[in-house]
Amino acid sequence: MSELPRRAAAILWKDILSETRTRQGFTAMLSFAALVLFMFSFAIGVDNDLLARLAGGLLWVAIVFTGTLSLGRTFQNEELAGGTHLLRLYPGDVRAIYLGKLAGNLVVLAALEIVLFPAAAILYGVDFAAQAGPLLLVAALGTFGFSVIGTFFSALTVHLRARELLLPLLLFPALVPVVLGSVGATEAFLAGDPLGRAGGWLRLLASYDVILFVVCLWIFPVVLEE
Amino acid sequence: MNKLAMLGWIAIALIAVGTVLGLAVLPADALQGEVQRLLYVHVPVAWVMMLAFFVVFLMSILYLVQRRLKWDLLAVSAAELGVLAAVLTLILGTLWGRPTWGIWWAWDPRVTTTALLVPIYTGYLVVRSMTEDPDRRARWAAVIGLIAFVQVPIVYLSVFWWRSLHQPPSSPQSMWSAYGLVMLLGFVAYTLAFAYLWLRRYRLAATELELELSGPEEG
Repeated sequence: MSELPRRAAAILWKDILSETRTRQGFTAMLSFAALVLFMFSFAIGVDNDLLARLAGGLLWVAIVFTGTLSLGRTFQNEELAGGTHLLRLYPGDVRAIYLGKLAGNLVVLAALEIVLFPAAAILYGVDFAAQAGPLLLVAALGTFGFSVIGTFFSALTVHLRARELLLPLLLFPALVPVVLGSVGATEAFLAGDPLGRAGGWLRLLASYDVILFVVCLWIFPVVLEE
Repeated sequence: MNKLAMLGWIAIALIAVGTVLGLAVLPADALQGEVQRLLYVHVPVAWVMMLAFFVVFLMSILYLVQRRLKWDLLAVSAAELGVLAAVLTLILGTLWGRPTWGIWWAWDPRVTTTALLVPIYTGYLVVRSMTEDPDRRARWAAVIGLIAFVQVPIVYLSVFWWRSLHQPPSSPQSMWSAYGLVMLLGFVAYTLAFAYLWLRRYRLAATELELELSGPEEG
């Protein structure tokens, strides 16, 4: 059992190495995320109060859109090099593949959010820093849920012809509790949580994260079977 | 007449009786007026939708345990009917909602969750249609059928917290007894119709698979 984290870490390290050697994906992703934030401003107008009020929702939609593009690349290297045959050549429990890829997506999304949160704070005129602690918790839970589901569906759709279309089709409905929970908690904390609703959203997020993580991890070997 | 055809005729007869009773025999609802009659179809069809997706879940589990393609074919047959029932539920619901709530679309938990079921199970069907190998197709479909069933109750709960407007389900006490009986008749009739269509669709799917497996495909 102690083999599992070690193998997962090996896969994570492999992906980090191959990503840092090229860096093309991450740079493009950041630019895309910035453009999404701009698009919202263009669509809504320069009403600063309105933008500040919507900031939580806009930020999470930007994370989901950009993150979905990134998730689609989770298994792309292996697929280009020979598909699931190659993945199954990794020794040991195939769940290590899921855990390693999940960790990789968490790293990428965290890096994205480190840039995106300050960018949204500046562009939309909200003070995330005042609530940094609680918001960090929201971001962690939201990002984990997003990665859990995204990594799983990414493995499921990687062989399909229209995977760019099918990943969001499967992913977005499954993300509804994550998006509602993250946006609800973010907005509640930004407003100082006057109605005490943030706790409920955090509990929803945490429960959904745990349930989906257990189910996805349990069923993942079936996805990779041949 | 074989048993399956018999089931179909019984379903049609019961739906006909229920329609006549609901449209012509029962008086209009005192509060909601004539539009309330839509509920004699809307509620049973919504029930069929839930039943169909539950069947998809059960058949997916059975497939994953036993790995027999039969369960996969039964699952996809139910999934198609479920999507059809979900779309019908939404159409009938919006027609009822406009005069009753004053708006076509309300961001109510049940409405929103039903609307989300359409893309979820459309995804299920599209993934299938894009996978050539029958065993892989069945495996991935079963995984989606299983995950969908885990996520939907939580999607419902999360939308419920987000907003709530839908009238609570009518209990027998809150409905005049004749209304309740016609509603019950609708449940039985549409469930039988589902069973009939499901088994017919399954036979078709089984024949299709047989063709698919019997020899090389013609260009």
